[in-house]
Amino acid sequence: MAETIDLSKFIERGEAGTAHMTLAVDGVGCAGCIRKIENGLAKLPGVIDARLNFTQRRLSIDWRDGEIGASDIVAKLEAIGYHAHPFAPERADADDSRQEKWLLRCLAVAGFAAMNVMLLSVSVWSGNVSDMTFVTRDLFHWLSALIVLPAAAYAGQPFYQSAWRAVRNRALNMDVPITIGVSLALALSLYETENHAAEAYFDSAIMLLFFLLCGRYLDFAMRRKTKLFAGNLASLKGEFAHRLDATGALVRVPVSALAPGDRVLVRPGEMVPADGVILDGTSAVDEGVVTGETLPRSVDTGAAVYAGSVNGGGALTVKVAAAGAGTLVDEVERLLGKAIAAKSRSVRLADRAARLYAPVVHTAAALTAIGWLIAGASLHTAIVTAIAVLIITCPCAIALAIPAVQVVAAGQLFRAGIILNNGDAIERMAEIDTVVFDKTGTLTLPDPVVDALGMSPALVERAARLALSSRHPLAAALARRACERNPYPGALEEPGRGVRALIDGEEARLGSLAFCGISPGAPGIADDDAASCIAFAHGGRTALIPVRQSLRPDAIPVVAALVARGLDLIVLSGDRPQAVRPVAQGLGITDWHAGLTPAEKITAIERLKSRNRRVLMVGDGLNDAPALAAAHASLSPITATHLTQAHADALFLGERLAPVLYAIRVTRRARALMRQNLALAVIYNAFAVPIAMAGMATPLIAAAAMSGSSILVTLNALRVRVVTPDKTLGAPVRAGRDEVEELRPAVAQAPLVPAAIPAFAGHDHEGPP
Amino acid sequence: MNVLIYLVPLALLLGLTGLAGFLWALKSGQYEDLDGAALRILPDDDVAETQQVRQNSG
Repeated sequence: MAETIDLSKFIERGEAGTAHMTLAVDGVGCAGCIRKIENGLAKLPGVIDARLNFTQRRLSIDWRDGEIGASDIVAKLEAIGYHAHPFAPERADADDSRQEKWLLRCLAVAGFAAMNVMLLSVSVWSGNVSDMTFVTRDLFHWLSALIVLPAAAYAGQPFYQSAWRAVRNRALNMDVPITIGVSLALALSLYETENHAAEAYFDSAIMLLFFLLCGRYLDFAMRRKTKLFAGNLASLKGEFAHRLDATGALVRVPVSALAPGDRVLVRPGEMVPADGVILDGTSAVDEGVVTGETLPRSVDTGAAVYAGSVNGGGALTVKVAAAGAGTLVDEVERLLGKAIAAKSRSVRLADRAARLYAPVVHTAAALTAIGWLIAGASLHTAIVTAIAVLIITCPCAIALAIPAVQVVAAGQLFRAGIILNNGDAIERMAEIDTVVFDKTGTLTLPDPVVDALGMSPALVERAARLALSSRHPLAAALARRACERNPYPGALEEPGRGVRALIDGEEARLGSLAFCGISPGAPGIADDDAASCIAFAHGGRTALIPVRQSLRPDAIPVVAALVARGLDLIVLSGDRPQAVRPVAQGLGITDWHAGLTPAEKITAIERLKSRNRRVLMVGDGLNDAPALAAAHASLSPITATHLTQAHADALFLGERLAPVLYAIRVTRRARALMRQNLALAVIYNAFAVPIAMAGMATPLIAAAAMSGSSILVTLNALRVRVVTPDKTLGAPVRAGRDEVEELRPAVAQAPLVPAAIPAFAGHDHEGPP
Repeated sequence: MNVLIYLVPLALLLGLTGLAGFLWALKSGQYEDLDGAALRILPDDDVAETQQVRQNSG
């Protein structure tokens, strides 16, 4: 059956018969890679331009339409040695890119103005204590106004807009006092300059904007980086479906291009690409990633199947159902809606600080004015002093205190393979006191592992090499152990039964018990609930090879470390009790519940919440998505289903569980530093406000205090980096190139198994390979 | 103090030139791929081979 790949969804057509596509590329790590990819693609006929963005690990390519197809480009990349997958550019990403550039432009303008105004301000400060004439001083003030007024109007836009939005919604954020402070400082300075006064605050206003824009830009850039990276990972999973068109021909299309009503063919061992109803075929599907159940479910014509489950022995023709028509997904969506609505979003630390800060400072300013009037000062002096209070307390340090820590913590987590989905997750994750784990794919590895303990290595190798010729999901687990990567010549797969081949002149069979001629009553069968067995027969010898879910390699020490930190651990699983008990007991978790539906998982979490527990939910299945949304904070392994990933606060990469522990440690540290920073800001104000109230705050003092406190909180934020991955538990993923190479054969072997872990294209790649 | 008449505009002009340079660099996409730019300088395939041999032997 001829098979074509349809990538048209990803191609943007230009006017003059050109086409453009963007691809996420995996495994790019050095200068050589850039050259290899760009030069390799440039040699293809019709390619106009290929440019790899190394920072984003994305390749953008233009070619003359018709001379070469998109699939040829992907194939060429694969031939050069890079796994790549095109993705449809999202509008949100283009918006982010524009927003980032805009912030950078604002930052540049503010920086330019701050530097040049300082040139004039320092002259005025030194002139005021020496022999500067008032004419020169006025000239310098007017020049400052000339620079700062347009610069502040332009560079302050991010704050003015945000403040306006908050005020319109009758809310208060940090940008409101910032906007008030900057506007008053500028207005006062203009008035004072007009009246030939000795002091003006132009430099303070623009310096404040510059510092705040630095924080704002870094925050945004960090967020964008993690978002781009998560986008690459999702795209590199490269999920394809085999769509049957009207004539019955088979077309390979990306899963995202499937529409309700399409008919897709799901071969044995492939992942079901979308929710749907079986039109034809009989098989058993492994729904581990959907429900947590590890035993395959038998399905027949008319049965519903869910995206993400893995097809077992038989080929299925599935009719894609309209979104929300599947019963389980429907239920999950409904619960999600409820969970999100019920979630009382905790007020962020920064907003809480803003709510306290603004009234206190504005009252202090008012009291200052009244105090000076009572003391007999002129109205002018009273108002000038009151505004000086506002300027000097302008929340430079407070507004930087939290974003600075967030940026450093997000970067620290990113380097350890933990991708934050949203910024305030740091605060919420730091507050948790209970960790709820899902079992399948979370405590255990997403892929089953062969348990060949005590078997002859030669026999296992033979079976594994034979398994290379099979598409069955269990065989894929076995095939990963094969040292010799080329399949036996002449190996034949009988769908639904097994594979056979001639090895050393004797027939070898691998597959079901019956296929290998083993009677179901033979010893060693069915005494183990948690394992599925593959039978192997070669010559006269037979063997049963158990394939089971295995714990993540560091699950036991990580769980022990979590307990040692005083956290309560609970396992909530959708799997059978027989499968959950050994896992929970092996880890020493006494509080475990099995056979739960998504609704029951939420109920369990709600119950914990009603006891004032703050729950961190760690889960990967579709059935976990509502629980993730309902919990105080949530984490998902990168192998989780799309819907689940979308509702997790953070994703972690790799085979290890250590990122859970590390995330908790980093976020706790980060929250402690946020509080410290706020305290530092309060201490600063405790000194600065009395000085300003006494009318002694000169622009020089304001400038020194403002930059001093900003630098102090920023340096303090860097101390998040002190938290290093726990060496005794092994580094939390940091999947370098070696680990990536190790994963690659597995990925190549079973490209459609959802568990294939896309590589974490590490940040700090060591040298050329 | 007459020196200010040309020193101050000169200082501002220098600053504005820097700002304009930055904005131009931003607009022409030079901040799109900072890590890549650092690496792209390493391959020397733009140097002709004979030239390279001469350098190595010299």
